[in-house]
Amino acid sequence: MKKIGKQTYNIKDDVVIRDTFTVVGTKEGEGPLKNNFDLIVDDLWGEDSWEKSERKFQKTAIETLLNKNRLQKDDIDLLISGDLLNQIVSSSFAARDIGLPYIGIYGACSTMALSMGVGSLLIDGGFASNVICATSSHFCSAEKQYRLPLEMGGQRPMSSQWTVTGSGAVWLSNTGKGPKIKNVTFGKILDLGVTDANNMGAAMAPAAHDTLKQNMLDTKIDYDLIVTGDLGIVGKSIVNRMFHDENMSIEKKYDDCGTIIFDIEKQDVHAGGSGCGCSAVVFGSFLYKKLLNKEIKKLLFTSTGALHSPTVSLQGDSIPGIAHCIGIEG
Amino acid sequence: MNYVMSFVIGGLFCVIGQIIMDKFKLNAAYILVTFVVSGVFLNYFGIYDKLVEIGYSGATVPLPGFGNSLAKGAIEEASKNGFMGALSGGVMKTAPGVAAALLFGYMVAIIFNPKKK
Amino acid sequence: MKYNKESYKKVIDEYTPKNKIVKNCFMAFIFGGAICTLGEIIKNIFVSGFDVPKDDAGVMASVVLVGLSALLTGFGVYDDLGKIAGAGTIVPITGFANSVVSPALEYKKEGLVLGTAANIFKLAGPVLVYGYLSAFIVGLLSLIFK
Repeated sequence: MKKIGKQTYNIKDDVVIRDTFTVVGTKEGEGPLKNNFDLIVDDLWGEDSWEKSERKFQKTAIETLLNKNRLQKDDIDLLISGDLLNQIVSSSFAARDIGLPYIGIYGACSTMALSMGVGSLLIDGGFASNVICATSSHFCSAEKQYRLPLEMGGQRPMSSQWTVTGSGAVWLSNTGKGPKIKNVTFGKILDLGVTDANNMGAAMAPAAHDTLKQNMLDTKIDYDLIVTGDLGIVGKSIVNRMFHDENMSIEKKYDDCGTIIFDIEKQDVHAGGSGCGCSAVVFGSFLYKKLLNKEIKKLLFTSTGALHSPTVSLQGDSIPGIAHCIGIEG
Repeated sequence: MNYVMSFVIGGLFCVIGQIIMDKFKLNAAYILVTFVVSGVFLNYFGIYDKLVEIGYSGATVPLPGFGNSLAKGAIEEASKNGFMGALSGGVMKTAPGVAAALLFGYMVAIIFNPKKK
Repeated sequence: MKYNKESYKKVIDEYTPKNKIVKNCFMAFIFGGAICTLGEIIKNIFVSGFDVPKDDAGVMASVVLVGLSALLTGFGVYDDLGKIAGAGTIVPITGFANSVVSPALEYKKEGLVLGTAANIFKLAGPVLVYGYLSAFIVGLLSLIFK
């Protein structure tokens, strides 16, 4: 059995994160991580609609990752990707143009860790040698699908988060040098009855706490840094509180991509960043660089997702949260 | 004086809306609906006419003023044409505002594109 | 400690930043008041400048405000005002216009029939539905209790 403890898969063979590529929109490119991203472009990027633009973000991230490593289509066994739009159209249409064998996945904002987790298992199982994992989100297409029209005047509550416009792609391989994925924990769905779609951090925090804790219990690794995907300031505080309650405080080595990617005060993003692209571009730029130059040796990377839809929310359903963890050694 | 009272009464309507929004976390659509319906019934009980006397445009420009016009139209027409009047009066009285919103909305949609945020 | 729905609610309240009600109300008052005053000014221009009867002038002022709001929405300015003004730009008739124009604009790419036209009353529709319904009820009441 490669499974250790209750929920964690131990990756024994090499699964190397060979390279990454990140592309973000204007606002993200003005944030604290601006020097870490590979490409910063205009949000519409010359396209006709936000949906087409998001597709271009993801396609560009994947294609550029392949090109800069001189990879041919035949070198890659599988593309695993997903996004937030209905029927994950951004990923499927990007995959259509790229022409790799494709698994489309939906994990809402947990997609990045989910795709990397599935990719690692396939490589470790000997089913694939090289896998590309990618995801994207776009503020404008997400607002249109989940909230109100862009030009509608009004105030966002202080607990609301700002969907990141951007896409990140990661190349996983069974050979070569680079940070290695050591373990994967897929989380359980937890739902503590949060119905406020403007407080996603609170909806996802219990799931994040549960998966993080399970990974630490299963692997017994003392990580240098623990990062969650897009809990924002509200969810981050709640996760800290939950670990504190259990005398397992992680406060000193814990951060959240949603609070790293934006300058929360200056960029008026209220509780922080969110969306599939949030953890993808923060991992692919900022965190990956830290792993490469050995600033971080052991990283627990987590993406967090809210698995609701506007329709069921209107019917009164609460927001189910999920989180997936990946243990990485630099 | 008209201007001052317009400002004060109009501003107060908005403050009530803001409190409902922030305190009860109500979506804007609920506020609009509540305001229009309350305007209709305030007119029926004869209160809204007094508000217009004090507040001028401060009472007619906010959405309860839209409800006020609706009720006025329905009641006036009902007194002239009975049931059919009650059915059509409100729509007739408020038709210019609604049609204007539709017309301008359509024109703007054709000319402009949504801006990135 | 294991949380249940009740105890978790308390934790959320503790960590969720509160909306700045006092500041928001102040801004709503200023912007809402200003829009209504503008309406009064336009009305008076119609009355004194063009000899329009007072009642008609009020309707015409509303139409002008609706047009202004539509333009500002098109230029992408109205939502920036709304961010500061909150209910101050929602409650006046200009907010109603904004709620008509913004979905019309947003769904343009899905076509002028099934996009713009089908969605133009997406947000304002409920206002019309309940407005017309309650006006009809009041009209009936006025017939019954003369």
